[in-house]
Order: sequence, then C-alpha cells, then structure tokens
Amino acid sequence: MEELSRNIVEALGLNPFWEQVFYALAIIVVAVVVFMAALTIAGLLTYLERRVAGRIQSRVGPNRVGPLGLLQWLADGLKLVMKEDLIPACADRPMFRLAPYAVVVGVFAAFVSVPFGQLLIAADLNVGIIYLLAITSLVSVGVLMSGWASNNKWSLLGGIRSAAQIVSYEVPSALSILSVVLLAGTLSMQGIIQAQGGQEYHAEFWARGGWPWNWFIFHNPFAFIAFFLYFTAAVAEGNRTPFDLPEAESELVSGYNTEYSGMRFAGFFLGEFANIYLMSAVATTLFFGGWQIPGILPEEQASSWSLQLMGLLIFVFKAAIGCFVVIWLRWTLPRLRVDQLMGLCYKYLVPFAFICLGGNAVYILLIKAGSTFDWIVHGAMTLFGFALVVYFFVRVTHHIRLVKDRVDFDILSRGTKKPFDPAVQTRRYGRHRKGARALEITGQQGKEIG
Amino acid sequence: MIEPTDNNPQRSELVLNMGPHHPSTHGVLRFVVYTDGEIMRRAQPDIGYLHRGIEKIAENKTYPGYMPFTDRINYLEAMFCNQAYAIAIEKILGITPPERAEFLRVIACELNRIASHQVTLGCIAMDLGAFTPFVYLLREREKINDMMEALCGNRLTHNYMRIGGVSADLDDTWLGNLEGFLDHFELILEEFTSLIVYNEILVKRLADVAVICAADAVGYGLVGPNLRASGVNWDCRRDLGYSVYPQLEFDVPLGRGERGTVGDCFERFVVRVEEMKQSCRILRQCLRKLPDGEIQAKVPKMIKAPKAEVYSCVEGARGELGVYVVADGTTKPYRVKWRTGSFSAMSIVEAISRGLMIADLVAVIATLDVIAPETDR
Repeated sequence: MEELSRNIVEALGLNPFWEQVFYALAIIVVAVVVFMAALTIAGLLTYLERRVAGRIQSRVGPNRVGPLGLLQWLADGLKLVMKEDLIPACADRPMFRLAPYAVVVGVFAAFVSVPFGQLLIAADLNVGIIYLLAITSLVSVGVLMSGWASNNKWSLLGGIRSAAQIVSYEVPSALSILSVVLLAGTLSMQGIIQAQGGQEYHAEFWARGGWPWNWFIFHNPFAFIAFFLYFTAAVAEGNRTPFDLPEAESELVSGYNTEYSGMRFAGFFLGEFANIYLMSAVATTLFFGGWQIPGILPEEQASSWSLQLMGLLIFVFKAAIGCFVVIWLRWTLPRLRVDQLMGLCYKYLVPFAFICLGGNAVYILLIKAGSTFDWIVHGAMTLFGFALVVYFFVRVTHHIRLVKDRVDFDILSRGTKKPFDPAVQTRRYGRHRKGARALEITGQQGKEIG
Repeated sequence: MIEPTDNNPQRSELVLNMGPHHPSTHGVLRFVVYTDGEIMRRAQPDIGYLHRGIEKIAENKTYPGYMPFTDRINYLEAMFCNQAYAIAIEKILGITPPERAEFLRVIACELNRIASHQVTLGCIAMDLGAFTPFVYLLREREKINDMMEALCGNRLTHNYMRIGGVSADLDDTWLGNLEGFLDHFELILEEFTSLIVYNEILVKRLADVAVICAADAVGYGLVGPNLRASGVNWDCRRDLGYSVYPQLEFDVPLGRGERGTVGDCFERFVVRVEEMKQSCRILRQCLRKLPDGEIQAKVPKMIKAPKAEVYSCVEGARGELGVYVVADGTTKPYRVKWRTGSFSAMSIVEAISRGLMIADLVAVIATLDVIAPETDR
C-alpha cells in the first residue's frame, strides 16, 4: 500500500506530503472493506444457522425474504436498527454503551489477519496468530462489562461465567496453536499456510501444495489431537453449545445481553456469529492448509488470477464446513454445568494440550522433515482421518435408512389413505397468503379484526 | 447489625428472583434463590400466580357443568382430571359406566399420558440446553392432538368424559390410526432412548443430582413417576385397580439407580420414558379387547346427588390425581378439593435444592415435572 500511494503521488506530481494522505485513505478503504466483508459473513451465518437448525428440527426455517430466504439477515438487521435503543434506568450508562463496541472491535479487528487468499489479506502481520489471540480477548472484557453495567443479576452471572470461561479456555486453545507454530516455525498466518506444502522438500507433484497429507492436522498424531483440542476450546471461547453457559437461555434468561436491545444487541449477535467464522477460518489456516490448491506450489498460485480465485473458494469452503459443524453441534448437544465446564478445561484439555506441545516438539527434533518416515506418518494419519470420516457417514446413512419414512410421517393420512390436501392445510393454518386473503373476502372476520 | 435469618440474606448471599417470568419455570412460577455465586444456599418456591379458583367455581356449577373446568386444572393431563371427577360423581350416584366407555376412557387417558410425558421429557432436554429433542417430541404429540381432535373435537382441553360415560364414540378408522401411531411411536421411542436418554452430557447433568430417598419421597407426599423414581412401588392403576386396569397387563417401572443413585434426576427422567413404553403396551391391549356396546350409562338429566362425601383418585401423568367431593343433596357440589402431584412436588424443592448449582435447580424443576396451573389451580 505504501508503494501504491507512492506511485500515485509520483504519477500526479504532488509533493511527498500527499503520500501520507493517500496511505491513510488506503488504510481506511481496506478497513471498511474488511468490516463489510466480516459483517456480510456474520449475517449470512445467522441465516445459515437458522436454515440448518430448521433442517435438523424437521421444519423449514426462514424462506420468505429473497430467494430461499437469503436476505432474511438484512431484514432482521433493519428491524434491529429501527428498534428503540433501551437503557435500563439503573444501568451504568457509559459502560453499558461501551460494552458492545468492545465485543464488535474484538471480533472484527481479528478479521484483519484472516488469510482469505494468498493476496487477499488486509495485513499479514509477522505475529499474526498472536495478534489474533490477543485481540479476541477483548470480547471477554466487553461481555464482562455488559454483564456488570446492565445492573441485572442474571446478566452479571452471565458476564462472570463468560469471563471465567473465556480466560480458562484460552489456555488450551493457545497451547494447541503453539503446537502448530512449532511445526510451521512462524507466527505469520500466510507463513503457516505456506509451510503446509510450500517447503523445499515439497517438490514432487504428489507432495506439492494443498494435498491433505500436507495439512498440519495429519502431520503427526499429536497435531491430530491438537486440532480437536483447539476446536473444543474455540467452541467454548465462542460461547456456543455445549459451552453456551454465559447466555444459557433456560438458566440465565439470556445471560449478559438480557438488557440489550436494538443495534447494541445486534453488535453482540453479529460478534458471536463473526466469531464462529473466525474460529473456523483459524482452524482452516492452522490445520487444513488454508487456500492452497493440491498440486500447485504457492509461487505458481501467486502468478495467476484464476488460481487465486480458486484458492479463495477453497478457503471459504473449508471454513464453511467448520461453521456448519459448529452450528450442528449447537442443535444436537445439551449444555454442560459450570463445574463440569471448568473440570473439562483444567483436567483434560490443558494437560492434553501440554502433551501435544511436547509431542510435537519431540517429533520435530527426532524426525527429519521430508524423510521417508515423515511421509509414512503423514500418509497413515491421512488414511486414519479419512477412515474416520467414512465411518461417520456410514453410521449416519445407516441411521437414516433405519428411520425411513418416519422422517415425514402423517398419521391421519396413513389410516384413511387420503392424500395430503393443500386446501385443508390452507384452511387450518392459513399458511399461504392467497388462501388467507380468500378467507378475508368470503368471511367478514378479517375486516372486523382489521 | 441485623442477624441473618430466613428473610434477611447474609451479606455474602446474592438473592436472585427466578420468575414469575423466567424461561424455565414452566408457566408463572417464582423461586427466590439465595446463592453464593453459582451455588445455591436455598431456593424458596413462591406459588399462586396461576390461581383461578377452580375449586370455588365448582360450588356454583351443576355436576355435569363443572366438567369443562376440570380440563383447566392441568392443561397437559385434561383427561385424567376428567376421569377423576367423573369417577367421584359416579361413586356418589352409584352409576357404573358401560365397559366400552371404560375402555375408551383408558385409551384416551393413556394417549394423554404419552402426550404429557412427551412435553415433560422435551422440556427436560430443553432446560438442559438441547432444543431439538423438544421439537421432535412435540411433533409426535401433534399426532396425538390430531387424534384427540378427531375423537372429541378438542386438542388440549378435551372435555371428553361425562358422568357415566364418554361424549363420543370412535370408529375403526380411528383405531387404525391409533395402531399406525403406536407402530410409529414405539420406534421413535427407541430412537429417543438411543440418541438422547444416554447422551453422556445429559447423563452427567442429571445423574446423582438432587437425590430423593424413598422415606423423603413418601414423607413429602410425592406421587407418580417422582415417587417411583425413588424406588417406592406404588401405582394407583395397579394397586387400586380402578376402571378396567385390572384386565390389562403392564409393568410399573421403578428407579434402578442405573447411572447414579436411586431417586436422582436421571431416574425421574428414565422412569417417564419407560412409562411411555408401558402406555403403548396398554393401548395395544385396549385395541384388542375393546368391546362393542353403549358409551353412556343412564344418567338423569338433572343430577341431584345425595348427601355424601367421596374421594376418588386416578394415576395421572404426574401421579395420583385425587378429588374430594362433598355433596349436600342439591344439584351443585358443596365443596370440591383437588389433590395434585405438582403441588407436593413443589414442596420438596426447597429441601433438596440446598447446595446445588443454579443450573441444577432448572433440572430439578423440570424432572419433578412441576406444572404451575396444577400447583395453583
């Protein structure tokens, strides 16, 4: 960007002061673009969550606004903007207003170092992953602030739970990230991606670029475990089920954001969903080879626009799978209790994360990168991973086959052998607008109510 | 300085007002929770938000005219309230309903029991944070509601039973539907058991939480599944043998301490699942044994009960549901008193909630199956 602004100034023949101005402008433009992209992603995720939840729960989900309901999130956002911005009478007003900003900044600022593509990154910091860990910690500050400032005991409990949870789960999360840093030898996000398939010994076609056996998740058994530790800890940090205690609806009403409404609530809400994408993106970067294309070295990829686009699609696709799994977990599992949550963190995750860190270090020391044994371990781990996935799908299809027509079963039509009659459906539930209007015209009921 | 008493919390205690508008108090129910952080010192229930004077209303209604009000005692088990009241008046008048009517009552009641347990189990799962089981169980309940609608015209407050019989007969199509539903639902129950009941997180949340020993359960007057989860072998259907239950074969599931202790929350959860299976069994027998005949005994148009006092009880979804009727020789009851399972379940909450966590209180209320309208009436 510095170069770009220098070139513009030289071309226009202005004095060097303008170089700084153009540089600042460029930074602002990039910031706005990243923020908008993150907002869109978060909005689309809210839509995805509701659609997936609908499918899981044998219902439809939002499908009215736009094609397939794809614009639902915009309508919801608009609704939230137009709502009254309510502040409770006894709330700590400055803190109450400030809290959503801490959450929004904490999550969205982290998008700066998310490598969507080889060239599509706002700032490839040389301490990228540490920056990410640090800036997302702001979220817990915001959550605690909102819990305290609301002057509501449920909110306070939620805020305290959240602070304890996020701080605790940062330990295993950071430790498992450290395992990857050991393997990659760098803290930069792009550096970590390039380490998975872009080294000198990745010369052959079968070893080049984003093949699964180059991914860090299949690097060795310890890295494999580290991924699951990271994923669990990240789900907990994002306050998602089964770790959604800070906003446990059935216990704490809505937790720390009980008293929030309108745009401030939207801040928390979007922050949560942006966080899901963030953790999936980080997992993709650290463990799944990021934007790398199988068989193509990063240097080749940098030279072609089409390969760049393909890299972007690959990255987004991998991250989307991560998001889907997080959403899936939420609509499947019950919630843990506070003591169980802390027990899980300090009794299981933290020790295992230390073991993984040590194991990875020993692996790097003992086994030369690119040696035959190294490749055998990668291959075996890949096979093991894919066997797990295949086994999972076999089980799922088995269960779906067992269920058969029970998925959509209509008891009254089975006994009388009557086919499903949409007219009856309309009369009973008024589902279709046409039917509803017909009722209004024929009967006088609608007018009286109106 | 004020000494800390029951009403003056200690300085280290946080007093939380849980309810009357709280997502997991199942209706309008209030708990004053004294906590030390996440751990509860005690939880005092506060009831009465849903008091509608249903017992007092009876004194101004004729005997048959009171029947629709019994539906409103508990919206989840309207059939049982109907049945308890009908049996009480029949006892006073000395009427025996025809056998077909008795079978119809049993069919309606057992369906109602399944529907009620579906809501309860779904709510337990939802209170523990799993929303999906609730949706699936409610989907199945919808079939029962449809069948009830076909049977008596109402989906929730059925008002199906009459003094001396039932209001409507059913046909072979309905019985075919019922059989179809049972075939379907027994498989659903298996699926529910394998997916949710033994889910590790759910077991961890429920097992060994809020254990009620048999002596306490009897002492506090717990009834129904809550009592049986504590290992007390008592079921009105079997031990009192009202209606046609003596002709039917079924087991009474008891708490076995499968994953924790006898009488913990998990047992209360499992006993209800088992009871649904037994209800399916009873329904299948009813399908085979349902006789032809009248559905209504001869009852005078204006019922004038003789001077009498009578207590009748049925085994509802929340246990022994009793009604005490005092008749004074007029067309209206002199006094009607209801004895409901939720009320006694409510009384034990304070005793067992000491030292639990806030999240456990939610599980305790849900597994005790406290329904606010039944508590307050």
